[in-house]
Amino acid sequence: MRLSPDEIIFWQFGFVKLNATIVFTWGLMFVMAVGSKLITDKISTGHTRSRWQNLLEIVVTLTEKQIEEVGILHPKKYLPFLGTLFLFVALAALCTVFPGFEPPTGSLSTTTALALCVFVAVPLFGIMERGWSSYLKSYVQPTFIMLPFNIISEFSRTLALAVRLFGNMMSGAMIIGILLTITPFIFPIVMKALGLLTGMVQAYIFFVLATVYIAAATRVRKPDPEAEHIES
Amino acid sequence: MDSMTLIAVASIITAGFTTGIGCLGPALGEGRAVSTALSSLAQQPDASATITRTLFVGLAMIESTAIYCFVVSMILVFANPFWNHIIAQATGQ
Repeated sequence: MRLSPDEIIFWQFGFVKLNATIVFTWGLMFVMAVGSKLITDKISTGHTRSRWQNLLEIVVTLTEKQIEEVGILHPKKYLPFLGTLFLFVALAALCTVFPGFEPPTGSLSTTTALALCVFVAVPLFGIMERGWSSYLKSYVQPTFIMLPFNIISEFSRTLALAVRLFGNMMSGAMIIGILLTITPFIFPIVMKALGLLTGMVQAYIFFVLATVYIAAATRVRKPDPEAEHIES
Repeated sequence: MDSMTLIAVASIITAGFTTGIGCLGPALGEGRAVSTALSSLAQQPDASATITRTLFVGLAMIESTAIYCFVVSMILVFANPFWNHIIAQATGQ
């Protein structure tokens, strides 16, 4: 039994391998990039618009609203990065309805790459928003003793992000594989539906966690009293 | 018993125990989280959006501990490094 789509190799030339993870990642990238390009070519600002444009507008505005609700003041700045993370993971989970498709997020290398993007982006956005000294000072808050723990938490949450997504996507495929040998009739369909739901929830979780990390890194020390009032 | 059988027995039993015990804690935690969220939903239906979002994020974070156990047991059963080592040695001889 396969643990990840890394082991399906389509083409190999010496050191260079083309496995299912890379091929399906490229497929998803192609579908998303070309699809968005085709839709935005015929974009209209009038009253009549195509249904595909409506779809894109719903996705963009909803993502922006979700980012804002987590507590980021200027969601437009982080929308490209966070939206891409969400759309990639969600589409990878959604495309499992097609037979023969292996979700690239079911491989630990893909999820590690995504988590590393978050790992790099969080300090980057934090420094861009607050400046070097203010951001680095946040590591020794509340006291200097917390410095090693703050640094360890940066690494451990990256590991958790990667393993959580990998475990969930891998377990979905694995459970269906095991059930097919035990009860091959209707029950795997139910598990498949559950797997679709889990995939979407995991995409949302990945997106929200990345947003929360960025929000925590970019937060200025003293929030304005009005925002605090709304939160309480 | 030779070392191959020992490794197989230890891996299978440990894999079962890992998932079995590893699911206990998260199950209890998730039950508590959902029951608390439901009672606070009943008290404050206005805050349902915030509560539901926080609940989902929290549930996924609790569940990830169970997923870690599952990953470990899957590695023990299907991609056991010790088992592969022994097989590589046996075929090499």
